[in-house]
Amino acid sequence: MEKHLNLTLHVWRQKNAQAEGAFAEYPARHISTEMSFLEMLDVVNEELIRKGEDPIAFDHDCREGICGTCGCVVKGRPHGPKERTTSCQLHMRSFEDGDHITIEPWRAEAFPVIKDLIVDRGAFDRIIAAGGFITAPTGTPQDANALPVPKQNADLAMDAAACIGCGACVAACPNASAMLFVSAKVSQLGLLPQGQPERYTRVRDMVARMDAEGFGSCTNHGECEAVCPKGITMENIARMNRDFIKASLLYRPEVAAGGAG
Amino acid sequence: MELNSRIPEGPIEKKWDKHRFDMKLVNPSNRRKYKVIVVGSGLAGAAAAASLGELGYEVSCFCYQDSPRRAHSIAAQGGINAAKNYRNDGDSIFRLFYDTVKGGDFRAREANVYRLAQVSVDIIDQCVAQGVPFAREYGGLLDNRSFGGAQVSRTFYARGQTGQQLLLGAYQALQRQVGLGQVKMFPRHEMQELIVVDGVARGIVTRDMVTGRIETHVADAVCLATGGYGNTMYLATYAKGCNGTAIWRAYKKGAAFGNPCYTQIHPTCIPVTGDHQSKLTLMSESLRNDGRIWVPKKKEDCGKPAAQIPEEDRDYYLERKYPSFGNLAPRDISSRAAKQVCDEGRGVGGTGLGVYLDFSDAIRRLGAKKIEEKYGNLFEMYERITDENPYEVPMRIFPATHYTMGGLWVDYNLMSTIPGLFVLGEANFSDHGANRLGASALMQGLADGYFVAPYTVANYLASTKPGSRLPIDHPAAKEAEAVAAQKVGRLLGVGGKETPTHFHRELGKVMWEFCGMGRNEAGLKKALGLIPQIREEFWRNVRIPGSGEELNQSLELAGRVADFLEIGELMCLDALERRESCGGHFREEWQTPDGEALRDDENFAHVAAWEYQGEGSTPVRHIEPLKFEYVHLATRSYK
Ligand SMILES: Cc1cc2nc3c(=O)[nH]c(=O)nc-3n(C[C@H](O)[C@H](O)[C@H](O)COP(=O)(O)OP(=O)(O)OC[C@H]3O[C@@H](n4cnc5c(N)ncnc54)[C@H](O)[C@@H]3O)c2cc1C
Ligand code: FES
Repeated sequence: MEKHLNLTLHVWRQKNAQAEGAFAEYPARHISTEMSFLEMLDVVNEELIRKGEDPIAFDHDCREGICGTCGCVVKGRPHGPKERTTSCQLHMRSFEDGDHITIEPWRAEAFPVIKDLIVDRGAFDRIIAAGGFITAPTGTPQDANALPVPKQNADLAMDAAACIGCGACVAACPNASAMLFVSAKVSQLGLLPQGQPERYTRVRDMVARMDAEGFGSCTNHGECEAVCPKGITMENIARMNRDFIKASLLYRPEVAAGGAG
Repeated sequence: MELNSRIPEGPIEKKWDKHRFDMKLVNPSNRRKYKVIVVGSGLAGAAAAASLGELGYEVSCFCYQDSPRRAHSIAAQGGINAAKNYRNDGDSIFRLFYDTVKGGDFRAREANVYRLAQVSVDIIDQCVAQGVPFAREYGGLLDNRSFGGAQVSRTFYARGQTGQQLLLGAYQALQRQVGLGQVKMFPRHEMQELIVVDGVARGIVTRDMVTGRIETHVADAVCLATGGYGNTMYLATYAKGCNGTAIWRAYKKGAAFGNPCYTQIHPTCIPVTGDHQSKLTLMSESLRNDGRIWVPKKKEDCGKPAAQIPEEDRDYYLERKYPSFGNLAPRDISSRAAKQVCDEGRGVGGTGLGVYLDFSDAIRRLGAKKIEEKYGNLFEMYERITDENPYEVPMRIFPATHYTMGGLWVDYNLMSTIPGLFVLGEANFSDHGANRLGASALMQGLADGYFVAPYTVANYLASTKPGSRLPIDHPAAKEAEAVAAQKVGRLLGVGGKETPTHFHRELGKVMWEFCGMGRNEAGLKKALGLIPQIREEFWRNVRIPGSGEELNQSLELAGRVADFLEIGELMCLDALERRESCGGHFREEWQTPDGEALRDDENFAHVAAWEYQGEGSTPVRHIEPLKFEYVHLATRSYK
């Protein structure tokens, strides 16, 4: 049943990357429990705009939990109190009348704040660019069914591939480690036959980039798995660690190719 | 304006191969001297940017999100078609071609559709090679399902996240090129203007959404792959940022707009709950494979819980009206049927704008476990949004705006009426005619990006001199920058009282009411009176706090709404002028006695392409006649 709530928000406001940020308090009145969390922020923002105040900047796009754009720390938990739910899919029925809700951006050195709740997650793109792919230029590869993939592997690969790259795992980790994100991609591609040729260079290159971006190391807290809206498991981290050790053993500096001819 | 579709000669199954051979190539050592701009990083844009980068061209790619991986293609759930005939159920390239032409209600160009069906086969191979984890069977081979009313199983899927997986495949290929320095990626950059010199596209102007900087980018060719403009309707299944800005600004520079009124209203979306609603969520059409759609026969029953309505008092209206397709009737037909029963007062849910999608039979037949395996994530999503458990009570669904078949007019090479400006994916007026079949948009986006544009753009580049790019401070570039800056200044300067969203919502109401599932002359004329009023009010009374030199989401939205307020008008005008019903365009004056769409092939078997005539003047409607040599014009029947 639809109910209406009166809430108090404590929102992190920060004009830009250079500015100091601080919490500001806003009332959110007569909020329908049918609304999504972001729709609640819309309502607050509409009011701010009408008053000529700067609305709260927050990232969002699909609003159906798949693009990975949204994300803020709600009541101390990335994406808010509901398990396996992104901020955009969180509904106000998860809150009580009179609640005080703190809303903050992801906090991690590798994710600098751009404005208010918006952070720069470009580091994730750079990690993928370093090796999170299978080299298969557009052309005419062999028939798709020429390479059967055991269903179990395909399913496990899909489990890992479900990652939406939102960054909640980093925000939740006391070390701001990106291991869950990186390992999901390493796992997905490493589980598939197509991914074998680059399996060990991939993990090495991605991990090197991850370290260079300033993410912390994994000390097995498990907070990442707990907050992941897509249920990516730490099993992926185990798989990645295994591949990483093997990659280190296999490592040979590259020899220049080519020659006379 | 000349509309030359440049369809190659020869039998349909040979056209593309012959054309590929006839097109000019660019010498590998010359490729790095050419630069291509790709606006958009969805399936069409990411695939094109990655493929052009691989070929050795210098590419700049732009998107408005913080990462190319977030383009709206990511939200596609159901699947992607390909004429692989892996099921041995009678599929073929010709059948996919046939189904698409017929499904589009004979308003698409045959030659383009045939090519689409042809390359569909390569798309799956390409995606598998990239590591896209498509669903597989126990034997390890790819699984298929039947989708959106097709009578063969040709849809490939990755759980309920096909778009996500295809996009991530393309994104990874793109990032590989970024890593190699072939592609430069500009996230959080919104295209504002197209730079045209002597009638040729030479670059774009963008706004850096973090710093507010207005910048010029020049290139030898520009590809727009900016997606659909369905957010003109305000409530839609699109991501919030989807916009028509890039194609609209190109239209104003001379690119013809094809069939703006062709919009697809998807039958299975979660109904609206209230005024706060910011978007609508699609429930994958695959649900119609096992769910049965019904409403109560009697109005009085509408308020009762579904379980209390006995079988004999339920109207399974799709099964009743279309016995051979039943719940799988095409989207336009299913949507209209839902509207009809709701108009009769038989809709369910608080607003009366909803119909049931009921899984109880399927659960009885197959068991809840099997249903969970097939649709678990969708059921979960439904419950998260509505707080109702679809294993226990039927889902409630209602149609919502979902796709735009219209878009910039392109020839066979995907080039617009502005030489050097290519348009890919949903942004072009495309291969879907007046109605798109399920699982065909992903196919088209990837076909355009991976397999068509790399050839046709190269052919165009080969006709230009390498190194003849516009200097960045060319007067035309400066002028385009000034126009973009002025627009920002004008928006900020209004200083009114209402939010950009307010005007967007107002526009949406008018569009949905008069240019939605049912359209008629009086309504469209009314809308054509109302939209300019909303637009005027917008420019008088919109309020945008902050400045243009910072991240300013109200400003971004206002810019898009300003364009929607113009696009909406062209959609209504096109709908008014198309005096027939076809596909998603249902003109109430043209229907059979039992309410089916009535086409007028004699007068309307053509594409309408609109040419901009300057502010305040009515655009000119050009036509491209359509010939049907392989799929003969026939009334579409799904009875
Ligand atoms: C919920 C949903 C489910 C769907 N399911 C299916 C399905 O199962 N099967 C199917 O075939 N189709 C489906 N579709 C349709 C399909 O997803 C889209 O038509 C298709 O993905 C569009 O791809 P695109 O590359 O053309 O554009 P998009 O993916 O929309 O990408 C547009 C790109 O352009 C950029 N952009 C836009 N404007 C600007 C600007 N002004 N400046 C700079 N960049 C800009 C964006 O940042 C983005 O990168 C679905 C659609 C929706 C909404
Ligand atoms: S807005 Fe796309 S996941 Fe939340």
